[in-house]
Amino acid sequence: MNLDLARWQFAITTVYHFLFVPLTIGLSLLVAGMQTAWVRSGDDRYLRMTKFWGKLFLINFAMGVVTGIVQEFQFGMNWSDYSRFVGDIFGAPLAIEGLLAFFLESTFLGLWIFGWDRLPKKLHLACIWLASIGTVLSAYFILAANSWMQHPVGSVVNTTRGRAELTDFGAVLTNSTAVGAFAHTITACFVTAGVFVLAISAWHLARDQHTEVMRPSLRMALVTVLIASIGVVITGDLQARLMTEQQPMKMAAAEALYDTVAPASFSVFTIGSLDGSEEIWSIRLPGVLSFMATGSFDGTVEGINQLQQQEAQAYGPGNYMPVIPMTYWTFRLMIGFGLLAGLLSVIGLWLTRRRATQQVPRWYYRAAFAGLFLPFAANSVGWIFTEMGRQPWSVFGLFRTADGVSTSVGVASVLTSLIVFTLLYGVLAVVDGVLMVRYAKAGPPPPTPLTPVADDDTPRPMTVAY
Amino acid sequence: MALTDIWFLLIAVLWTGYFVLEGFDFGVGMLLPLVGRTENDRRVAINTIGPVWDGNEVWLLVAGGATFAAFPEWYASLFSGFYLALLLILVALIARGVAFEFRGKINSDRWRRNWDLAIVVGSTVPALLWGVAFANIVQGVPLDEHHQYTGTLLTLLNPYALLGGLATLSLFALHGATFLALKTHGDVRVRANALVPRIGVPAIVLGGTFLVWTFFANGVLWTGLPVLVAAGALVAAVLIAIGGREGWAFVLTALAVVAVTVALFGSLYPDVLPSSTNPAFSLTTANASSTPYTLAIMSWVALAFTPLVLAYQAWTFWVFRRRISPSDIPAPTGLALVAATPAVDPAADTGAHAR
Repeated sequence: MNLDLARWQFAITTVYHFLFVPLTIGLSLLVAGMQTAWVRSGDDRYLRMTKFWGKLFLINFAMGVVTGIVQEFQFGMNWSDYSRFVGDIFGAPLAIEGLLAFFLESTFLGLWIFGWDRLPKKLHLACIWLASIGTVLSAYFILAANSWMQHPVGSVVNTTRGRAELTDFGAVLTNSTAVGAFAHTITACFVTAGVFVLAISAWHLARDQHTEVMRPSLRMALVTVLIASIGVVITGDLQARLMTEQQPMKMAAAEALYDTVAPASFSVFTIGSLDGSEEIWSIRLPGVLSFMATGSFDGTVEGINQLQQQEAQAYGPGNYMPVIPMTYWTFRLMIGFGLLAGLLSVIGLWLTRRRATQQVPRWYYRAAFAGLFLPFAANSVGWIFTEMGRQPWSVFGLFRTADGVSTSVGVASVLTSLIVFTLLYGVLAVVDGVLMVRYAKAGPPPPTPLTPVADDDTPRPMTVAY
Repeated sequence: MALTDIWFLLIAVLWTGYFVLEGFDFGVGMLLPLVGRTENDRRVAINTIGPVWDGNEVWLLVAGGATFAAFPEWYASLFSGFYLALLLILVALIARGVAFEFRGKINSDRWRRNWDLAIVVGSTVPALLWGVAFANIVQGVPLDEHHQYTGTLLTLLNPYALLGGLATLSLFALHGATFLALKTHGDVRVRANALVPRIGVPAIVLGGTFLVWTFFANGVLWTGLPVLVAAGALVAAVLIAIGGREGWAFVLTALAVVAVTVALFGSLYPDVLPSSTNPAFSLTTANASSTPYTLAIMSWVALAFTPLVLAYQAWTFWVFRRRISPSDIPAPTGLALVAATPAVDPAADTGAHAR
């Protein structure tokens, strides 16, 4: 009971937090790019882009920050036995993330928000770049920590102390899983921010408003989404092969493949119970799962039944299968949503090409706006797949999720916090949603007056204030 | 000095930094309705911490992360043991954090009043509960032989801990008042200055009693020194503030916060979470710590990057060193509460030659 509630709370708070994080990372870099374009060209459109997208970025950033505090506390609060087991390894990247990344991002973002009239132009620009670098660094360290859970390297288990101990920090930081996850996550962050800018630009362009700002925004977004989507596919492919090597059960569960087979086909869609019984109907791409898992169209992919036997032999009797329908569908949805986002950019780039003879049709703008949910959904199901596919382990092969829960925290306490967080996050979702919609609809600020106010000593209000 | 001692010291430094910096943020939040009678005055007060509050809060995250990395057993027992108290703190910090960002986004009195309430409550609750938490840490809590907390929420609400809560609450309120007096012009400055003695007296009484109690119940000989420094700094801060020296008054309340934190950590050492059940079950710097290898790596990272962080945070305070006047506050930029029907004339913005 306690375990189930703690898992639900972790899932809800983490998935919620990660709605905001990718947009923060991707959009901070896009806004930094826009401001750089303004500083270099002096073109007022880029300044208006910076201010408009910057405002939406900040609304989103606030949500990411406050929901992030919970994450840092939650390991100790709900997963104290997990924390005892992993602290020697897992704590270090978390602490370093705070020292290197969080300080950088929040300090320089404060300077950026309030520094428009206090700092020289280029120094002010440097602030948004430093804040962006902070968000990217933060992603690296937290993914290094998570990747150690997927593929524990650089450590040994000390059985007398009942914990894992660090032996090689360099190995934890250069874990192949971490490098793969970082590349995949950062490219996905760019897809997220790109689609966000694309969808909102399209909404305005469909109404023929703010075109001066929205046309270059749309163009920038399309190029970003295309390049980042290619990156997501390449890094996803790399990750799939690492996963097959390091967590074969997760790969088998991604396809609901019960028996080892070569070559293995990939089912795009299945009607059936996915419990190993005969499926009713499915669409299959021959050899594709083999290619994903091994890089060769006729490679052998191990099945759930064989892996279950192997793991039972290695770790003792028990159920080593994740929830198969969950891993099966989240894996497909992640790929599907991601590919659709990429497709949006391909079509958009074709329709807006320089030699295009006709205007961009309305249906494209509508489709681009409707596609707003795609990257957010892909990010969520992608992480649900990654984490649920590792079950029953929290640290693969070393430590089970069920053993990590806080035994000293009663059911009533966890139920209370689960309800409180869910309600609070629900209310905040409404507030954040309303603000996002209102500010996105309001459009960019009007063109900046050409002649700035004379530089006299008369006191003027701050340009930006809470 | 063992690495475990260095990390105990570093975590004490992180909490000290957190309390000094977010202490005045909490104070500003708590005093918001008292110093800001008009909307413009409230915005003056909020904007004194506008550019820095988020960076200040990172000290908490780093303190938490460093505890996890250096003393996993401490982190695990403390955070699970103080579960509901930490839940309250988290909810408060969440509400307060978004309140700063969202309050000006909609131009409506009701909207702003609601967020102001979030700021006041969201500042008061942690200011009180951090004191309650640290008093319990110093005093000890029921821990069994596996270092698992065996008490309830009510165990934490004992008289000594509640006094500790009131001590930090009044201390942070005072610290916020001296900060506001230093950072503003106009009515907010006048009111903040008037508040210093009014908050100062209870702060001296509550803080003094708490520290004396701490000294006799849990202290060692040398922790008498920070107790005296804290008491002296508080009295001096109030007297100097009455004399109109706002900068020095702020330095003194900051010193008092430092001294209180030093007294608490000094009384705690070498335990990190004493067991009131049986002293043998206590968590100490020795039995709660990570391996020397992890501590060594963390030490190098801290050594390399802490000076850099301190430098750029100090620079931020320098950039925003100016006092904020009522005339500095721009007109509200928030959107109307109810979305207007498309008021934008599409043509107004599309022409490339509109300017």
